[in-house]
Amino acid sequence: MAQHQVNYASSAGLPIALTTVDHLVNWGRSNSLWPLTYGLACCAIEMMASGSSRFDFDRFGTIFRASPRQSDVMILAGTLSKKHSEFARRLYDQMTEPKWVISMGSCANTGGMFNTYATVQGVDRIIPVDIYLPGCAPRPETLQYALMMLQTKIRKESANMNKNTKQNLRLV
Amino acid sequence: MRKYTPKDNVQAKSYYSDRFWVAPRVPREAVEEGTHFDRVVATLRSQIKLSYVEVGQLVIHIDANENFAVIKKLKEECGYAQCSEQSAVDYLAQDGEFELFYQFLNINEAKRVRVVCRIKKGEAIESIVPLYKSANFAEREMYDMFGIKVNNHPYLKRIIMPDDWEGHPLLKTYPLQGDEFAAWYEVDKIFGKEYREIIGPENRDPASIDRYDTKRFSRVGYEVPFGADISQGEVAKEIEYSKTLLVDYKTKSKQLDERK
Amino acid sequence: MRQQPNKLTPFFENLNFERDNNTMVINFGPQHPSAHGQLRLVLELDGEQVIKAYPDIGYLHRGIEKMAENMTYNEFLPTTDRLDYIASTSNNYAYALAVEKLLGIKAPRRAQVIRTMLLELNRIISHLFFIATHALDVGAMSVFLYAFREREFAMDLMEEYCGARLTHSAVRIGGVPLDLPMGWLENLAIYCDKVDHEVVHTYEALLTENRIWKMRLENVGVISAEEALSWGCTGPMMRGSGVKYDIRKEEPYELYSELDFDIPVSDTCDSYGRYRLYMEEMKQSTRILRQLIPMYHQSTPQLMAHAPQYISAPKEEIMTQNYALMQHFVLVAQGMRPPKGEVYVPTESPKGELGFYIKSEGEPYAYRLKCRAPSFFHAGLLQEILVGTYLADVVTIIGSTNIVFGEVDR
Repeated sequence: MAQHQVNYASSAGLPIALTTVDHLVNWGRSNSLWPLTYGLACCAIEMMASGSSRFDFDRFGTIFRASPRQSDVMILAGTLSKKHSEFARRLYDQMTEPKWVISMGSCANTGGMFNTYATVQGVDRIIPVDIYLPGCAPRPETLQYALMMLQTKIRKESANMNKNTKQNLRLV
Repeated sequence: MRKYTPKDNVQAKSYYSDRFWVAPRVPREAVEEGTHFDRVVATLRSQIKLSYVEVGQLVIHIDANENFAVIKKLKEECGYAQCSEQSAVDYLAQDGEFELFYQFLNINEAKRVRVVCRIKKGEAIESIVPLYKSANFAEREMYDMFGIKVNNHPYLKRIIMPDDWEGHPLLKTYPLQGDEFAAWYEVDKIFGKEYREIIGPENRDPASIDRYDTKRFSRVGYEVPFGADISQGEVAKEIEYSKTLLVDYKTKSKQLDERK
Repeated sequence: MRQQPNKLTPFFENLNFERDNNTMVINFGPQHPSAHGQLRLVLELDGEQVIKAYPDIGYLHRGIEKMAENMTYNEFLPTTDRLDYIASTSNNYAYALAVEKLLGIKAPRRAQVIRTMLLELNRIISHLFFIATHALDVGAMSVFLYAFREREFAMDLMEEYCGARLTHSAVRIGGVPLDLPMGWLENLAIYCDKVDHEVVHTYEALLTENRIWKMRLENVGVISAEEALSWGCTGPMMRGSGVKYDIRKEEPYELYSELDFDIPVSDTCDSYGRYRLYMEEMKQSTRILRQLIPMYHQSTPQLMAHAPQYISAPKEEIMTQNYALMQHFVLVAQGMRPPKGEVYVPTESPKGELGFYIKSEGEPYAYRLKCRAPSFFHAGLLQEILVGTYLADVVTIIGSTNIVFGEVDR
């Protein structure tokens, strides 16, 4: 019976890559960001466009999920009305940790052009936002850029979720 | 002296109006004899207060108590099979009345009729849902937006605004940016009234500039060179970022770099 | 007894989900991937059959009608983009036409040609979006990807003309702001061929004879002609029930009286008939677009109507003539003052009859503006049409009514 022997020193090297836990975990997290399909208004159309043929979102590892339980990032695309606000917060609470929020479009950022009685003046009044994405409506390229910025942000942060969770308990 | 703004009508006003300027009126034509509109007017003769043609559509003014009878005739005898729209206009400040309009379409003749009636504040109007089902949502919306009660409506509840909303938004007394209830609605509902202080009031000024914002490119009024001291003796406050994922980028990223 | 809603048990928590008579209440939305936006349906189910449906709308209410009362007429125009955000130009146009009727002015010939082109292009965009999302909801994913591919080309054309993909604001009161860019018409002709080809060889080839598609759509969501009229259905919903009424033909506006096109009608009254109707309408739209290309070349280059009281003069005149400059200042700073009166102008948007009722008191701000949105009445229809159907068909019916929540809630 022939003995299989590998000389690690003379071949390509050890089949081992050294990294930190932070890097490994964040590599995984940032490259499989599954957003919740949270289309609210006009921006939802651009969000759908970025998910479809020309601006293929799947190549970022980004696959839209319909359930908050399966998603990591909430793309709040469009105007959040006061009537809807409690559902937005509820969906955010239902998402599992770690979770991030992209506020897409002027309406979600600040209320935008709808400076009226019925519109929440910025979703950061009810849920914490990571990336603010300007535009009315932002182009799909902008959404892709925002997602890449979010990936960069995730790669920089600590993988120790206990620390982050504590901060997340803050309401605003 | 502070400018007086009337409380019964908070709609935006032009800042300047010529005192001798009189607004012209869209021409109101008399109903021509022998036309389809003439036959409609002849059918409803006894109930019409005023009738004319405005921009190609017949407008008839009726008594609000007779709205159901008139509209029933209009549907059954004149062939107006569709109610396109139904809503109200607020004239409370001027006359203490609401003006209600119904917009009807005759498919065969391709003609449109607008039925207009006026009701006093607090009065109710008869529902036309038994005739036109499209009035179901339209009348609910009118109730929601103006607070006009509709008699014999199958389900008269708020439709657009939440059930626990206060006030009727399209009244002229209701400000565009909402009252206090509207301003704190989402905070009260989600977190409770005690969180009002933590979250703070809404920023409704679209031109607001935070002088300590980001890069200090410019100040209100005059520009300053990049990085110039603009504090004028004031103690600068730190820029507050969202503390959701508290990572000190100044030190942490450096540490990571060093580790690499 | 039903408990009154309060802070601890809000309204939506208060439904008895299991009833004594073995029916069950489920809550569909307001955030559901196939609710086409923010529709919330409270459905009472007996087994899998819907016995009561209660559409709850208003989750996208933004106070657009209130905004119209507090903005000058030209300021309000970009806000109309956000009504039916899938075909923005049709809203801009309906609003601009209503104001023009109020002012008593008419856009010049070239503006009319460009407007009609944009309207039909928007109709194609909207119908492509309809087929994409409808097929996705029913379960055909690939149609979604194909339809969005063609939609992107139409968006490119819109972007080349007005600079925006989604919120166009491509129509002004009194005309259009820009002439067509160079080569746009050639691209449009190529695009028309592409759409014609794709409609026949991709969407219809994938769906029309598809067994699953037919099983899911045939005899689902049946509306009789009387019901359609009574519920205020317009556009494809009404024509899908066998009522041949198209505002473009019956009450023609713009250039539709000069154009040669057919109005498709379906007598089957079901979702499948409506789907065939949408496909046919796209073909008719390309037919209209092809006829418009020579009409553009025959028109004179004036783009905005000449009405110095209401509409700013062209840029050259403003820069060279004193009176035009003064008038421009007044119009920008104070806004135009239309005559007193009221007007209701219906137009045929891709979804149905989009009309604007404007009540003017001679001020720069409209005294009342009511947007008659087709989707609002189609959403009202759901409470009747859904009763008796199966839960799986609810999604098909919502998809086939083609409602957009920007205009339902306004």
